[in-house]
Amino acid sequence: MWVAIGSLTLMGLALGALLGVAARYLAVEENPIEAELQSMLPGSQCGQCGYVGCAQAAAALARHEAPVTLCPPGGRALAEALAARLGVKADLSQVVDDGPKLAQVSEDICIGCCRCIKVCPTDAVIGAPKQIHNVIRDACTGCGACIERCPTEAMALVPVPVTLQHWIWPKPAIA
Amino acid sequence: MKELALMMVGAALVNNVILARFLGLCSFMGVTTRIDTAAGMGMATTFVITVSSMADWAVQHYLLDAYGLGFLRTVTFILVIASAVQFTEMTIRKVSPSLFQMLGIYLPLITTNCAVLGVALLLVEGKLSFLASTLFAFASAAGYSLVMIIFAGLRERLALAQVPRLFAGPPIGFIVASLLAMAFMGFSGISTG
Repeated sequence: MWVAIGSLTLMGLALGALLGVAARYLAVEENPIEAELQSMLPGSQCGQCGYVGCAQAAAALARHEAPVTLCPPGGRALAEALAARLGVKADLSQVVDDGPKLAQVSEDICIGCCRCIKVCPTDAVIGAPKQIHNVIRDACTGCGACIERCPTEAMALVPVPVTLQHWIWPKPAIA
Repeated sequence: MKELALMMVGAALVNNVILARFLGLCSFMGVTTRIDTAAGMGMATTFVITVSSMADWAVQHYLLDAYGLGFLRTVTFILVIASAVQFTEMTIRKVSPSLFQMLGIYLPLITTNCAVLGVALLLVEGKLSFLASTLFAFASAAGYSLVMIIFAGLRERLALAQVPRLFAGPPIGFIVASLLAMAFMGFSGISTG
């Protein structure tokens, strides 16, 4: 038994050491800005920017090939944060921002076709075939992928209602 | 010499890993939508099968047989295979990032590709010498790559063909795979003993 345990341990250690050395020599140096930009993006891979996913969008941003206003779900706040991080002047006049929005199902139009469930990148839509769907608000990122997919236009982005929990005092406006 | 050549033909064509032994079917259906991806997968798997078979031969002879530890065969072989796959993954990531992107999840899944473990276990059963087992492993892997590339080519044509809606996508792929397997049965006429 000790031979078995010892030989397996030795093999594991030897192969592990080999891989450790290989990882040193074959390390890929990644652009640190790319990883940082990717962590700022929503990460729901909705594809509204025209890139395959958030990783590709972050790479394009890092190469200064994409405008900082590329991410519709991120809205104005993200565009400002990206512009500050990349040190570019962003034209924010095109970004209309009317506060955060979440998807909502109109229950009288929904036919329970399940198409929105399949496209939702965060699995925020629940339901079953021929059953009316609903959106889990905590999981929805408001990316809007389900809006285009819905055959009956039952999906809509609606502003998040202001409740006592997240109401904030408006900033004083300059007269 | 003639025996070795016949054995290699037998491993690559007659007893093809995919079409006769039905090993490695996940990657056979998964990464054969484009020829260059299939070729990359074939090369990566060929490397892994050859290297891990050589290492597994050494493990079998100098560890398992020498100390009577035959019951450890599966776990030690998988240890060797997993390390070889890790190494391949690091190399591909360094050498060809685009291939790394294309292969995606299928690259680490070579570890669980039963063709790799299957070839290693076949070698143990065959009780071959080191040279013969290395050549057998390489020939099996070459047969695997060949079928992957042929099937990818067929599927590239198939993507443009008019297919009845019921069969579009994977179903017609499976039908083509069965036709390809029947075509490869023709090689069983080559008697390799």
